[in-house]
Order: sequence, then C-alpha cells, then structure tokens
Amino acid sequence: MQNTIYQKLWSQKIILSVIFLLLLLAPFFLSDFRLNLLGKFLAFAILAIGLDLLWGYTGVLSLGHGIFFGLGAYCMAMYLKLEANAGGLPDFMAWSGMSELPLIWLPFQYPIIAIALGIIIPAVVAFFLGYLTFRNRISGVYFTILSQALVLVVVTLFVGSQNLTGGTSGLTNFETLFGFSVNAASTQTAIYLITVLVLGVVFISCRKLVKGRFGRVLEGIRDGENRMRFLGYNPSSYKTFIYTLSAAIAGIAGMLFVLQVGIISPTMIGIIPSIEMVLWVALGGRGTIIGPVIGAVFVNAAKTGFSESYPEYWTYFLGLLFVLVVVFLPKGLTGLLDKWKDRRKKQDARDSVEVEKSYS
Amino acid sequence: MPETVLKLKKVIVDFSGFKAINQLDFTVQPNNVHFVIGPNGAGKTTLLDVICGKTRATNGEILLQGQKELSKLSENQIVHQGISRKFQAPSIFANLTVEENLEIAMKQKKNLFSMIKAKWTNEEKNKLEEMLELIGLTEERDQEAGALAHGQKQWLEIAMVLMQEPEVVLLDEPIAGMSKKERDKTGALITKIAKDRAVLIVEHDMDFVKEYSDIVSVMHEGQLLYEGTMDQVQNDPTVREVYLGRKVE
Amino acid sequence: MVFIIKEVKGSRIYVLLPFLMRKGLFGLNEIIITLFNGLSLGSILLVIALGLAITFGLMNVINMAHGELIMVGAYITYVIQNIFMDYAPAAYFDLYFIISIPIAMLVAAGIGMLLEVSLIRHLYKRPLDSLLATWGVGLVLQQLARSIFGAPNVGVKSPSFLSGGLSVGSITLPYSRLFILALSIICLISIFYYFYRTASGRRVRAVMQNRQMAECLGVSTRKVDMLTFAIGSGFAGVAGCALTLLGAIGPTIGTSYIIDAFMVVVVGGVGALFGAVAGALGIGIFNTIFEFFTNATIGKVLIFLLIIAFLQWRPSGLVTSRSRSLD
Repeated sequence: MQNTIYQKLWSQKIILSVIFLLLLLAPFFLSDFRLNLLGKFLAFAILAIGLDLLWGYTGVLSLGHGIFFGLGAYCMAMYLKLEANAGGLPDFMAWSGMSELPLIWLPFQYPIIAIALGIIIPAVVAFFLGYLTFRNRISGVYFTILSQALVLVVVTLFVGSQNLTGGTSGLTNFETLFGFSVNAASTQTAIYLITVLVLGVVFISCRKLVKGRFGRVLEGIRDGENRMRFLGYNPSSYKTFIYTLSAAIAGIAGMLFVLQVGIISPTMIGIIPSIEMVLWVALGGRGTIIGPVIGAVFVNAAKTGFSESYPEYWTYFLGLLFVLVVVFLPKGLTGLLDKWKDRRKKQDARDSVEVEKSYS
Repeated sequence: MPETVLKLKKVIVDFSGFKAINQLDFTVQPNNVHFVIGPNGAGKTTLLDVICGKTRATNGEILLQGQKELSKLSENQIVHQGISRKFQAPSIFANLTVEENLEIAMKQKKNLFSMIKAKWTNEEKNKLEEMLELIGLTEERDQEAGALAHGQKQWLEIAMVLMQEPEVVLLDEPIAGMSKKERDKTGALITKIAKDRAVLIVEHDMDFVKEYSDIVSVMHEGQLLYEGTMDQVQNDPTVREVYLGRKVE
Repeated sequence: MVFIIKEVKGSRIYVLLPFLMRKGLFGLNEIIITLFNGLSLGSILLVIALGLAITFGLMNVINMAHGELIMVGAYITYVIQNIFMDYAPAAYFDLYFIISIPIAMLVAAGIGMLLEVSLIRHLYKRPLDSLLATWGVGLVLQQLARSIFGAPNVGVKSPSFLSGGLSVGSITLPYSRLFILALSIICLISIFYYFYRTASGRRVRAVMQNRQMAECLGVSTRKVDMLTFAIGSGFAGVAGCALTLLGAIGPTIGTSYIIDAFMVVVVGGVGALFGAVAGALGIGIFNTIFEFFTNATIGKVLIFLLIIAFLQWRPSGLVTSRSRSLD
C-alpha cells in the first residue's frame, strides 16, 4: 500500500515536471501573441492557487480577490507609469491640473519598494478585514458578503479618486521596465519566464503546505471549525493567515498581469472579475493544487476564444458554466479525472485497497 | 488521598432568565470514573459545556488543579490546560482518514507557525500506533473516517480525546446507539483510560452507570442533588423521589 | 435592541447638529433634507432587503440573483408603461404604475419559484454553492435583459400623481420618495401580518425553526420552501417597480443596490424583520450623513468601515437567536 502511494506521487511528479518544462520552452513554439496570452493565463493561475488555499482547503469563500489582484497590479502600474514619464507627472494627473506628485505616489518611484508594496498592501488589507471578521467568528456566507462589499468599496474609491488612480480608464501607456521597452518581444518573453517560475514556486510551496499536517488542520477547519476549537486550535488565526497569504499571492499575480497586459482599470478588478476567479477554482477542482491552475487556463482560454468570435455569448456561457459546475461537477475537472481513474482501477483489481483521498 | 483535579465554585449559567446551572459546587477527583445522571433539563450537558468553554459561566469559578481559572479562557486554551471533550453526536472529520483524524488531535503545539513546521517524530508515531491498537482501528487507519461504522466513529472520537493527553476527559453519552458488544468494549476502554486521569461522563443508561462508575452525581434543576456510589445513590430517598423512583426499578 | 441604535443615532445627531449649526456650517433645512434623504434611502434599501430577509434570513439561501429579480420588476414596469403608451387612452396612462406593482411581484415570484424548484432546492446543504449557482443565473438574466432591451439605460416616465413634491416651509419633499417610504411600510406590515397572523405564515416559521418537527406535524416542507422563496422574490419585483421612480433603469440596476441590501440583513441580524428595519434605516441615514460631510466615494468607504466596526460590537447583527448545536 505504501508502495502505491509512492508510485502515485512519483508519477504525479513526472507529469508536473513535464508540464513545467513545456511551459518553460513555450517561447520557442508559440507566437508572441499566444505567448503573451498564456502568460496572462498563468498569472491568473497563480491567483487561483491562492484562492483555492482559502476556499478549497479552508472553506472560506472570498468574492473579493479581484481587489487584492488589483492592488498588486496598481502598485506595479504606478511604478511603470512613473518610469514612463521619467520622474515627471503621469499624463492623467497633468490633465486634472496637478502640478506635483501626490504623496502616496512617491514610494513607487523605486522598483523594489513598488514590488514589495504590491505584496504588502493586499496582505495588510486582507489581514485587517480577516482579523476583524474571523476574530468574531463571522464566517460562512457573512464573510463572503463582506468580501464582496470590499470590492464595491475599493472600486468606488478607485473610480472616485480620478487624480490619484486615473479613474475609470485606469493606468496604461507604459513604456519601459528597468530601462527595457515593455512591449519588446524579448522583454515580454523574460516576463513570461518569470511568470512561469513564480507559478512553479507558488505551486510547490502551496503543495508542500497542504500536503503536511498543516493541510489536515485547514481541512479540519473547513469541515468543522468549532470541533477544531475543542481540539485546541484557534481557527481564527489560521483563517486570517490563509486569507492574508492568498491576498499576497493575488497581489503577485496582479503585478505579473499588468506587466504583460499593459493596462489595469477598475473594471478588471470589480465584482464580476472577482467572482470569475472563483469559477476558475470551482471548475478546475477545489481542494487540489493543480485544479485551480487547470481551471484558470481553461476558462480564460475559452473566454478568449469566445471573445474573438461571439463576445455577447460569453456572458451566457459564463453564467451557465457556474450553474453546471456547481450542480453537476462540485469537485471540478480534477474530481472527474479522479472518478474516472477510480473506476478504471476498480475494474483492474477489485481487491486493491483504496488509497485515493477525495476532498469534497 | 487523591487531590481534586477540577473544582466548580458557585457556578451559574443563565440563559436569559433560565438558570440551566444554579449555584453549582462540583468537584472531580483524578483516576475516577465519575458519572453525572439526572432527568432531562437537569443541566448535565450544560455542566460539560461550561467546563470546556462552549458555554460561558454567568458567575462563579472553575478551577483546574486548584489554581488555574478556566472560565475566562477560550475553548482552545482550555484544551491546552488539559481538558478534552467528546460530544454527543460523533463529530469526527469525515473527509480525513482515521490516522489523519488522530494526527491533528494529538497533543502538540497547535499555533499557526508550529503547525506549518510540524513533522512526525518517532515518539508521535509510537503514540499513534498505540492508540490505533487501543481502539482496534489499526486495519482501518487509511480509511476515510466517514466510512466507519457508528461504534467505530465513537471510539475514534474517544481516541481523539485521548490523543490530547488530557487530565480530565469529558464524555457526553458515549454509548448512545451502540450494540451490547460495542458497549462492553467502550466500558472497558473507559475503565482503562481512567487509570491515568479523571473521566466525567454524562449518561442515561443506568445499567452502564452501575457497571462502570466509581462516583455518581445526581443533578436536578441545575443543582447537585446527591453524590456517592451507585449503591448509595439508588438507596437515597430524595434521589428516588425525583429520579430513580420513576425511571428505574 | 432595535431601540439601542435609534438612541445612539438620535443622541449623536442631537449633539452634533446644534454644534455645527452654531458654527454656521449648515441650517435647519439642510438637516431636514439630509435626514429625509437618509430615511428615503433607508426605505429603498428596506424594500429590497425585505425580500432578502425572507430568502436569506429565514431560509439561509444567498440568492445572488435577487438583484436581477429587482431588474425584472423594473423592466416589467417599463414594458407595461410602453403598452399603456401605445394602447391606453392618455387619461388612463398613470394607471400603468398601479398595475405594474402586482404584475412585477407575480412575475418575480414566478421566476423565484422556478429557481427554487430547479436549482436551489438541490443546494440547501451547500450555502456557498447556492450563492455561486444563483450568481450564474443572475448573470444570464442580466445578459438576457441586455439582449432584449439593449445595454443602454431606458427611462420610465413617473405617473403624474407622483411628480412634484410636498412643500414644507422652504423645502420640497418629492412625492416619489414619499411614495417609496409608504410602500416600504406597507410591505413591512403585510410581511409581518403574513408571517405572524396567518396559518400559512405560521407554517413557514415552523419549518424554518424546526424542519424535522414541522415535517412530522404534516407540514409539506417542500411546498413551504417554494412558497417562501417565491414571496421573497416577489418583493424583489416590487422593489424593482419602485426603483423606476428614481431614475433610468438598466440591466445592472439590481447589482448596484444588492450589496447594500445584503449589508442591511447582515447588520440587522438574520431572520429578524425588525433587525432589517433598523439596519436599513441605520445604513440609509448614516450613508446620507457621511456623504453630506464628505462625498459619495468616501461616504461608501466610511459606511463599510462603520459596518465592520459595528460587527465587532455585535458579530451576529442586532437581533440574534441562540442555538445549542455545534457547527
């Protein structure tokens, strides 16, 4: 029995390494346009892993991850904007009649600080909201509603502060990154490779986190939060930690996104994008680490395909997909795969002991 | 002479006007199987609730080892002080395997950062094997707990309580829904675990109480009506009047 | 408990306002208008939140399509208005609005019932999943409206008896806002009457409080679930009808109000009508006051922070119920 577990892990490792290698080699066989799209999907995949840590493993559903993604993206965009204007005022500020760089933009002149803030700011926002709600045992749907209200508030704030954030049009027209032209193919390839590497690191560390005893504790909190208290755990601190961590991961994803897409605006981080992120996880399979990655790439590839040919049908498709996945495929695509594997295994050897675990 | 492990002093639990526990003084001695009986609504489950922190005492003190005040601590802190509770309905984690259930229940540092670094030590592994042996679930260790039989779930939960190496074990109707055979096995298990610690049990099954009790407390309307051995309890006229007289014999 | 917040609110305003008036920051008229606007916003939120208080509060189902049911109510009003414009004599035009209210209610209730039977029924044990599935339904309804009526907002002409306003001294209180205020009170009273004074309402409460026991007593819980959900959805239709008085309507009209309405239920406490009333008025009035002192954007931020702060004080809302069960 031990043996089969090792075999299974071993074969999984091989498959994952092959995928990772293919992703690294993608610049050789994909056009610049396709590579850029794939890079964007992979940035989404990074976010999806973090979201799944929270939802799939800990049972906390956030409908507000677009905000953390957005905070990261805006931090990066602010730096790019300043670099594009070589220390001068960004165009939209000049239009709204400002003469001096506002105070909160000042730290973003320095790339290291901008990147650090792109992780720290989402984490801090998440920490406070998480701490204040989980501490009072506000959980389940209540937290979910609050997380959505957060989106509404932040988006309103971003739209309303036209002279600080560029308002509804957001931040765009970037030119250089560390002196290299942002739009050059070589820069984009480099950013793509960085995205793949970050995805790899996030994937491996999250997997390590949930494979161990810590992962069992998270699942315990998901399935019986109060029971965990009587086993001596304080679920509030675990939930706050995971929420903060997943917000930080979302921030990283946002930064990689803006580098590849070249624009960030409030509509890209609002209510609908935030809940779409949940669909990636749901479709891929919550409670697994590979599921969200598959889901993010799959949904976004489908979205791109639709938008190219039938943009108006995408919304119908998205809505129906939500219903169908929730009702018929609660474990997502990976769940489907597991079921199929189970069936085959049972046919192969009916007396073999079940080693699979399923996380509903 | 055994010292008192747990002492409740003038504890009141007030549910907006209704006093589920009223000025209760209660002590628990170590190495005893201590049963709590009483008619419905006597406050038995509330007694367990208030000890483990699920319900807050409106007034009074709960002292562990004569000094540590429990009534202000949170549920998880009370567990770390050495009090573990098994609930009435089996509340194991159905999606985790038997082994994983025991793993997270085990006594260890349970704060966030210790848990991230946690690794199996040899000592922990031995403890796990012993416990699986004790409850007879070694074969089923890799099964999902949700797939276990009812009795096995109850034992698993008792084992989860024991994994925390508590000084006081609280059990709420541990044999409810068990067959005669399972019942006997549970009784033997309780006798065995009481060798090293105090066991406080709420139970309705009088035959079971008679067979395994060291001390029996009778509760009535949130107060302690009588305390003694089962023989004494059965022969006490007040107890007979409010409880046994109607229910048993 | 309901009175606590009223007291807090009252005393704050009493202390704050004379002080600011003495400083010459604003006059009595502005106070009255601000309070009236707050009350008005509160009553709009209340009409929307009443439906939620039933589906979310009583049944614990987060219906994310509730906002789209509001939209359905609004578009029904729009359609009926168009029919009246084309076919009815001009003298009877104003009647369209009176007719729209029950029709909007029935259509929204019908859609709600369909939703309950086909989808939500299967997800009662998974509240987060029903949230996601209903959101999907909402998205489809929104797109459907976009396909039928077009993406731009359409205007609904208010009936003539609701145009103009009531003059009090030098200020005017618009009739449309007064109407919504009255409507919210009527809705509240009828819901209260239904749940607490009729046999059918009693059955609903019985099922929501103890499902198994009610089933044993011969109440058909399926029917009750369906009916309750339909009633909650019906009030969304009424709310949509009312919203046409306030401005143009569009496919996303529901989404802009729905989150605030959910907040009302969270603040009020789940399953408590009076909690919803206090929550709606509280959020409405504070929102208007904040906006008066700052602007719409900062006002939104402040109200969110206020709600978070409030939940520190009362994590499960103003009106709470206790249970003995674990998890």
